[in-house]
Amino acid sequence: MADTNVETVRIKSMMPPGHIRTPAYLRGKCGVIERNLGEFANPERAAYGLKKDMQTLVRVRFLMKDIWGDAAENPEDTLDAEIYAHWLEKVS
Amino acid sequence: MPHDHHDDDFHHHGMSPSGHPYRADDDHPLTYWQTMEIAMRELLTEKAILTPAEIAAQIDAMDSREPANGAAVVARAWMDPEFKSRLLANASDASREMGFDIGPMHLIALENTADTHNVIVCTLCSCYPRNLLGLPPDWYKSRSYRSRVVKEPRKVLAEFGLSLPKGTTLRIHDSTADMRYIVLPARPKGTDGWSAEDLATLVTRDSMIGVGVPKSPS
Repeated sequence: MADTNVETVRIKSMMPPGHIRTPAYLRGKCGVIERNLGEFANPERAAYGLKKDMQTLVRVRFLMKDIWGDAAENPEDTLDAEIYAHWLEKVS
Repeated sequence: MPHDHHDDDFHHHGMSPSGHPYRADDDHPLTYWQTMEIAMRELLTEKAILTPAEIAAQIDAMDSREPANGAAVVARAWMDPEFKSRLLANASDASREMGFDIGPMHLIALENTADTHNVIVCTLCSCYPRNLLGLPPDWYKSRSYRSRVVKEPRKVLAEFGLSLPKGTTLRIHDSTADMRYIVLPARPKGTDGWSAEDLATLVTRDSMIGVGVPKSPS
């Protein structure tokens, strides 16, 4: 049964320098929002003492097959990671 | 003077009498970050922001945290369904409720069930629920664990002695940002009527990371 509340997102595949908390192995991958965690200071600015930039933080759940493709050990196992909203793009 | 060595090898090279290599003395210049730490600490004390006693007390507080704190939280959740609900809703508040000083840590508890098993990792560094469980084990910080457990987790778990049935859904949790995680393992069978203190003795550190399960009652 399709859950209409499930929001699918893609992690942006940009590669900026600096203190980035979005792991490279998830960039460009699609998952669903598992839960919203609220607002947190963006570490990409906080790490350098720059003015606080509050960002929504969410947990995104990925299927292993959507991260590793055919190399996935068990395709339906999952991986959850915390991702800041400015790293997400909607998937229609 | 009492002496804790039983040999009289002044130079301490090669193997010790018990057959282990001697650890080399750290007779080398300070690294950049060691120098930075000393400079920062001395500035903080010279400017009377912190005293050396306060710094030592904080190190002592950090060293006194141990997996037994987490084990007490798990045992309570096994015995008290309402506490378990609060733990799953907000693990930071539930831990504070038990009197643990976990500071500003945002903690999420992940429940293992009959068909779901959870494992925690920090691929980017070494994020760990230190305020509740103490310092992480060395392997948790290793590049091998961090890179492999997101790619071939079942193989890694098997190396820890934990083989999951194919039908079990495995959920890996990468602590990439502001949250920290603790696994709430499933209560072992054969423990009906046990006290919280006795239950806590079954809860291992590894079972709260997810690379193991609690001990079975013997």
